[in-house]
Amino acid sequence: MKHKTLKALSLFAFAFILLSQLTPASAQHEPAASIPAADLIQPADLAANLKKAPTPLILQVGFRKLYAQAHIPDSEYVGAAGEDAGLELLRNRVAKLAKDTAIVIYCGCCPWSHCPNIAAAYHALHALGFTRVKVLFIADNFGDNWVNLGYPVSR
Amino acid sequence: MANLRIILAALCLTAPALSIAPASSLAGDGILRAAPDFTRADLKGKSLSLHDYRGKLVLLNFWATWCGPCLAEIPRFAAWQNTYGAAGLRIVGISMDDDSAQVVRAYEKYHLNYPVAMGDAKLGELFGGVLGLPLSYLIDPDGRVVGRYQGETDLKQLEARIKSLLPRP
Repeated sequence: MKHKTLKALSLFAFAFILLSQLTPASAQHEPAASIPAADLIQPADLAANLKKAPTPLILQVGFRKLYAQAHIPDSEYVGAAGEDAGLELLRNRVAKLAKDTAIVIYCGCCPWSHCPNIAAAYHALHALGFTRVKVLFIADNFGDNWVNLGYPVSR
Repeated sequence: MANLRIILAALCLTAPALSIAPASSLAGDGILRAAPDFTRADLKGKSLSLHDYRGKLVLLNFWATWCGPCLAEIPRFAAWQNTYGAAGLRIVGISMDDDSAQVVRAYEKYHLNYPVAMGDAKLGELFGGVLGLPLSYLIDPDGRVVGRYQGETDLKQLEARIKSLLPRP
Protein backbone atom coordinates (compact mmCIF):
# COMPACT_ATOMS: atom_id res chain seq x y z
CA MET A 1 0.00 0.00 0.00
CA LYS A 2 2.75 2.34 1.04
CA HIS A 3 4.68 1.46 -2.09
CA LYS A 4 1.64 2.14 -4.29
CA THR A 5 1.04 5.53 -2.69
CA LEU A 6 4.67 6.48 -3.17
CA LYS A 7 4.54 5.35 -6.78
CA ALA A 8 1.38 7.35 -7.43
CA LEU A 9 2.88 10.41 -5.78
CA SER A 10 6.07 10.19 -7.80
CA LEU A 11 4.11 9.74 -11.03
CA PHE A 12 2.01 12.78 -10.17
CA ALA A 13 5.12 14.85 -9.38
CA PHE A 14 6.82 13.75 -12.60
CA ALA A 15 3.74 14.56 -14.70
CA PHE A 16 3.42 17.95 -13.03
CA ILE A 17 7.06 18.77 -13.74
CA LEU A 18 6.79 17.54 -17.32
CA LEU A 19 3.70 19.66 -17.91
CA SER A 20 5.38 22.72 -16.44
CA GLN A 21 8.23 22.19 -18.90
CA LEU A 22 5.87 21.95 -21.86
CA THR A 23 3.81 25.00 -20.91
CA PRO A 24 5.29 28.19 -22.37
CA ALA A 25 7.24 29.92 -19.64
CA SER A 26 5.88 33.21 -18.44
CA ALA A 27 7.53 36.22 -20.00
CA GLN A 28 9.21 37.30 -16.78
CA HIS A 29 11.12 34.06 -16.38
CA GLU A 30 12.82 33.84 -19.76
CA PRO A 31 16.51 34.58 -19.24
CA ALA A 32 18.33 36.48 -21.95
CA ALA A 33 20.87 33.64 -21.93
CA SER A 34 18.22 31.46 -23.60
CA ILE A 35 18.67 33.40 -26.84
CA PRO A 36 21.06 31.51 -29.15
CA ALA A 37 24.34 33.33 -29.74
CA ALA A 38 23.80 32.98 -33.49
CA ASP A 39 20.76 35.23 -33.23
CA LEU A 40 22.55 38.05 -31.44
CA ILE A 41 23.82 41.13 -33.22
CA GLN A 42 26.46 43.39 -31.72
CA PRO A 43 25.86 47.15 -31.50
CA ALA A 44 28.73 47.95 -33.87
CA ASP A 45 27.32 45.58 -36.50
CA LEU A 46 23.80 46.96 -36.27
CA ALA A 47 25.11 50.52 -36.43
CA ALA A 48 26.99 49.61 -39.63
CA ASN A 49 23.87 47.92 -41.05
CA LEU A 50 21.83 51.07 -40.50
CA LYS A 51 23.84 52.73 -43.25
CA LYS A 52 22.85 50.06 -45.77
CA ALA A 53 19.50 49.50 -47.43
CA PRO A 54 17.24 47.74 -46.78
CA THR A 55 17.30 48.17 -43.04
CA PRO A 56 15.49 45.67 -40.86
CA LEU A 57 12.37 46.45 -38.90
CA ILE A 58 13.74 47.55 -35.53
CA LEU A 59 11.50 47.18 -32.51
CA GLN A 60 12.17 48.45 -29.01
CA VAL A 61 10.62 46.07 -26.49
CA GLY A 62 11.69 47.82 -23.30
CA PHE A 63 10.24 50.64 -21.26
CA ARG A 64 8.56 53.64 -22.81
CA LYS A 65 10.48 56.27 -20.85
CA LEU A 66 13.76 54.90 -22.17
CA TYR A 67 12.52 55.04 -25.76
CA ALA A 68 11.21 58.58 -25.21
CA GLN A 69 14.67 59.76 -24.16
CA ALA A 70 16.70 58.06 -26.87
CA HIS A 71 16.19 55.32 -29.43
CA ILE A 72 17.68 53.88 -32.59
CA PRO A 73 16.55 55.96 -35.58
CA ASP A 74 13.43 54.56 -37.27
CA SER A 75 12.96 52.01 -34.52
CA GLU A 76 9.43 51.62 -33.23
CA TYR A 77 8.33 51.41 -29.65
CA VAL A 78 6.21 48.33 -29.10
CA GLY A 79 5.88 47.77 -25.35
CA ALA A 80 7.67 46.05 -22.51
CA ALA A 81 7.63 42.42 -23.64
CA GLY A 82 8.19 41.22 -20.10
CA GLU A 83 4.57 42.09 -19.44
CA ASP A 84 1.60 40.36 -21.04
CA ALA A 85 0.24 43.62 -22.46
CA GLY A 86 3.59 44.43 -24.12
CA LEU A 87 3.85 40.95 -25.54
CA GLU A 88 0.38 41.29 -27.01
CA LEU A 89 1.35 44.59 -28.63
CA LEU A 90 4.37 42.87 -30.16
CA ARG A 91 2.22 40.07 -31.56
CA ASN A 92 -0.19 42.62 -33.00
CA ARG A 93 2.61 44.64 -34.56
CA VAL A 94 3.99 41.69 -36.50
CA ALA A 95 0.69 39.96 -37.20
CA LYS A 96 0.53 40.95 -40.86
CA LEU A 97 4.24 40.64 -41.65
CA ALA A 98 5.78 37.93 -43.78
CA LYS A 99 7.53 35.36 -41.66
CA ASP A 100 10.84 36.05 -43.37
CA THR A 101 10.79 39.75 -42.48
CA ALA A 102 14.12 40.84 -41.06
CA ILE A 103 13.45 42.03 -37.52
CA VAL A 104 15.84 43.37 -34.92
CA ILE A 105 14.59 43.67 -31.35
CA TYR A 106 16.31 45.54 -28.56
CA CYS A 107 15.77 46.69 -25.01
CA GLY A 108 18.73 47.93 -22.95
CA CYS A 109 16.66 48.65 -19.87
CA CYS A 110 19.14 47.01 -17.54
CA PRO A 111 22.06 44.57 -17.52
CA TRP A 112 21.62 41.77 -20.08
CA SER A 113 21.34 38.96 -17.56
CA HIS A 114 18.52 40.81 -15.79
CA CYS A 115 16.55 42.06 -18.78
CA PRO A 116 12.91 41.02 -18.30
CA ASN A 117 11.89 41.86 -21.86
CA ILE A 118 14.29 40.71 -24.53
CA ALA A 119 14.02 36.93 -24.28
CA ALA A 120 10.25 37.11 -23.96
CA ALA A 121 10.10 39.09 -27.20
CA TYR A 122 12.54 36.80 -28.99
CA HIS A 123 10.71 33.60 -28.05
CA ALA A 124 7.33 35.12 -28.92
CA LEU A 125 8.55 36.00 -32.42
CA HIS A 126 10.01 32.54 -32.87
CA ALA A 127 6.79 30.95 -31.69
CA LEU A 128 4.98 32.98 -34.35
CA GLY A 129 7.29 31.52 -36.98
CA PHE A 130 9.57 34.46 -37.74
CA THR A 131 12.80 33.17 -39.18
CA ARG A 132 14.99 36.28 -39.42
CA VAL A 133 14.96 37.69 -35.93
CA LYS A 134 18.10 39.25 -34.51
CA VAL A 135 18.53 40.50 -30.99
CA LEU A 136 20.72 43.48 -30.23
CA PHE A 137 23.15 42.43 -27.52
CA ILE A 138 23.22 45.22 -24.95
CA ALA A 139 25.50 44.11 -22.15
CA ASP A 140 24.85 46.85 -19.62
CA ASN A 141 22.27 49.36 -20.82
CA PHE A 142 21.27 51.35 -23.89
CA GLY A 143 23.13 54.44 -22.69
CA ASP A 144 26.51 52.82 -22.20
CA ASN A 145 26.39 50.31 -25.04
CA TRP A 146 24.79 52.44 -27.75
CA VAL A 147 24.34 56.16 -27.05
CA ASN A 148 27.69 56.78 -25.37
CA LEU A 149 29.50 54.91 -28.14
CA GLY A 150 28.31 57.48 -30.65
CA TYR A 151 25.95 55.25 -32.60
CA PRO A 152 22.96 56.95 -34.28
CA VAL A 153 20.23 58.11 -31.93
CA SER A 154 16.87 59.79 -32.34
CA ARG A 155 15.31 61.64 -29.46
CA MET B 1 13.95 5.35 -2.83
CA ALA B 2 14.26 5.06 -6.61
CA ASN B 3 11.14 7.16 -6.97
CA LEU B 4 12.58 9.77 -4.67
CA ARG B 5 15.67 9.88 -6.88
CA ILE B 6 13.47 10.42 -9.95
CA ILE B 7 11.64 13.29 -8.23
CA LEU B 8 14.90 14.88 -7.11
CA ALA B 9 16.43 14.51 -10.58
CA ALA B 10 13.39 16.09 -12.19
CA LEU B 11 13.43 18.95 -9.70
CA CYS B 12 17.11 19.55 -10.43
CA LEU B 13 16.35 19.72 -14.15
CA THR B 14 13.74 22.38 -13.60
CA ALA B 15 15.75 24.50 -11.18
CA PRO B 16 16.55 27.91 -12.60
CA ALA B 17 20.15 28.54 -13.56
CA LEU B 18 22.09 30.63 -11.12
CA SER B 19 23.77 33.72 -12.46
CA ILE B 20 26.64 35.57 -10.92
CA ALA B 21 26.21 39.30 -10.83
CA PRO B 22 28.87 41.30 -12.62
CA ALA B 23 30.84 43.92 -10.76
CA SER B 24 29.38 47.37 -10.27
CA SER B 25 30.09 50.16 -12.66
CA LEU B 26 30.99 53.41 -11.00
CA ALA B 27 31.03 55.89 -13.82
CA GLY B 28 33.00 58.39 -11.79
CA ASP B 29 32.50 61.51 -9.78
CA GLY B 30 31.74 65.03 -10.90
CA ILE B 31 29.64 63.99 -13.90
CA LEU B 32 27.45 67.01 -13.25
CA ARG B 33 28.62 70.01 -11.29
CA ALA B 34 25.27 70.97 -9.85
CA ALA B 35 22.34 68.60 -9.50
CA PRO B 36 19.46 69.84 -11.65
CA ASP B 37 16.50 70.84 -9.56
CA PHE B 38 13.08 69.34 -10.06
CA THR B 39 9.74 69.16 -8.33
CA ARG B 40 7.38 66.24 -8.49
CA ALA B 41 4.57 64.88 -6.33
CA ASP B 42 5.61 61.79 -4.44
CA LEU B 43 3.46 58.66 -4.20
CA LYS B 44 1.64 60.14 -1.21
CA GLY B 45 0.87 63.35 -3.10
CA LYS B 46 3.39 65.46 -1.21
CA SER B 47 5.58 67.87 -3.14
CA LEU B 48 9.14 66.65 -3.56
CA SER B 49 11.76 69.20 -4.63
CA LEU B 50 15.44 68.47 -4.78
CA HIS B 51 16.35 71.95 -3.51
CA ASP B 52 14.54 71.16 -0.25
CA TYR B 53 17.34 68.71 0.51
CA ARG B 54 20.11 71.27 0.66
CA GLY B 55 22.22 70.55 3.74
CA LYS B 56 21.56 66.82 3.36
CA LEU B 57 23.44 64.11 1.55
CA VAL B 58 21.03 62.77 -1.08
CA LEU B 59 21.06 59.41 -2.79
CA LEU B 60 18.79 59.89 -5.79
CA ASN B 61 17.82 56.48 -7.11
CA PHE B 62 16.15 55.86 -10.48
CA TRP B 63 14.50 52.45 -10.45
CA ALA B 64 11.54 50.40 -11.66
CA THR B 65 9.50 47.53 -10.33
CA TRP B 66 10.46 45.24 -13.24
CA CYS B 67 14.19 45.84 -12.76
CA GLY B 68 15.74 42.98 -10.78
CA PRO B 69 18.92 44.79 -9.71
CA CYS B 70 16.79 47.75 -8.59
CA LEU B 71 14.68 45.54 -6.35
CA ALA B 72 17.86 44.08 -4.86
CA GLU B 73 19.04 47.56 -3.91
CA ILE B 74 15.98 49.24 -2.44
CA PRO B 75 15.76 47.27 0.82
CA ARG B 76 19.37 48.27 1.52
CA PHE B 77 18.53 51.89 0.78
CA ALA B 78 15.65 51.71 3.26
CA ALA B 79 18.04 50.30 5.86
CA TRP B 80 20.53 53.09 5.17
CA GLN B 81 17.78 55.66 5.59
CA ASN B 82 17.20 54.26 9.07
CA THR B 83 20.87 54.00 9.95
CA TYR B 84 22.19 57.27 8.53
CA GLY B 85 19.09 59.45 8.45
CA ALA B 86 20.00 61.22 11.68
CA ALA B 87 23.44 61.96 10.25
CA GLY B 88 21.87 63.71 7.27
CA LEU B 89 21.30 61.07 4.61
CA ARG B 90 18.15 61.30 2.51
CA ILE B 91 17.21 58.65 -0.01
CA VAL B 92 14.94 59.81 -2.83
CA GLY B 93 13.47 57.31 -5.27
CA ILE B 94 12.33 58.06 -8.81
CA SER B 95 10.38 55.28 -10.47
CA MET B 96 10.56 54.94 -14.24
CA ASP B 97 7.57 52.60 -14.32
CA ASP B 98 4.62 53.56 -16.50
CA ASP B 99 2.06 52.56 -13.91
CA SER B 100 2.14 54.15 -10.46
CA ALA B 101 -0.12 51.44 -9.02
CA GLN B 102 2.67 48.89 -9.38
CA VAL B 103 5.07 51.29 -7.69
CA VAL B 104 2.72 51.82 -4.75
CA ARG B 105 2.48 48.04 -4.34
CA ALA B 106 6.28 47.71 -4.40
CA TYR B 107 6.62 50.63 -1.97
CA GLU B 108 4.51 48.73 0.52
CA LYS B 109 5.99 45.32 -0.19
CA TYR B 110 9.56 46.51 0.36
CA HIS B 111 8.62 48.74 3.33
CA LEU B 112 10.25 51.77 1.80
CA ASN B 113 10.72 54.60 4.26
CA TYR B 114 11.78 57.35 1.87
CA PRO B 115 9.89 59.41 -0.70
CA VAL B 116 9.37 58.01 -4.19
CA ALA B 117 8.05 60.01 -7.13
CA MET B 118 7.18 58.93 -10.65
CA GLY B 119 9.80 59.92 -13.19
CA ASP B 120 9.44 60.69 -16.86
CA ALA B 121 11.61 61.22 -19.92
CA LYS B 122 11.98 64.92 -19.16
CA LEU B 123 13.37 64.22 -15.72
CA GLY B 124 15.66 61.57 -17.17
CA GLU B 125 17.00 64.03 -19.72
CA LEU B 126 17.56 66.58 -16.96
CA PHE B 127 20.03 64.11 -15.46
CA GLY B 128 21.78 63.42 -18.73
CA GLY B 129 19.53 60.52 -19.69
CA VAL B 130 18.29 57.62 -17.65
CA LEU B 131 19.13 55.10 -20.36
CA GLY B 132 19.32 52.02 -18.19
CA LEU B 133 18.51 51.02 -14.65
CA PRO B 134 19.34 51.09 -11.86
CA LEU B 135 20.97 54.48 -11.81
CA SER B 136 21.79 56.50 -8.71
CA TYR B 137 23.32 59.88 -8.06
CA LEU B 138 24.99 60.95 -4.87
CA ILE B 139 24.40 64.64 -4.23
CA ASP B 140 26.32 66.44 -1.53
CA PRO B 141 24.81 68.92 0.97
CA ASP B 142 25.72 71.81 -1.36
CA GLY B 143 23.69 70.28 -4.18
CA ARG B 144 26.64 69.02 -6.24
CA VAL B 145 26.62 65.62 -7.88
CA VAL B 146 29.56 63.74 -6.41
CA GLY B 147 28.82 60.23 -7.66
CA ARG B 148 27.01 58.40 -10.42
CA TYR B 149 26.29 54.69 -10.05
CA GLN B 150 24.95 52.84 -13.08
CA GLY B 151 23.90 49.20 -13.14
CA GLU B 152 24.59 46.72 -10.42
CA THR B 153 26.46 48.70 -7.82
CA ASP B 154 28.86 47.47 -5.19
CA LEU B 155 26.70 48.48 -2.24
CA LYS B 156 29.54 48.12 0.27
CA GLN B 157 31.56 50.63 -1.70
CA LEU B 158 28.59 52.96 -2.00
CA GLU B 159 27.83 52.74 1.71
CA ALA B 160 31.45 53.58 2.54
CA ARG B 161 31.23 56.60 0.26
CA ILE B 162 28.00 57.72 1.89
CA LYS B 163 29.53 57.42 5.34
CA SER B 164 32.48 59.53 4.25
CA LEU B 165 30.19 62.29 2.98
CA LEU B 166 27.59 62.49 5.74
CA PRO B 167 27.09 66.06 6.98
CA ARG B 168 26.98 64.91 10.61
CA PRO B 169 29.10 61.77 10.87
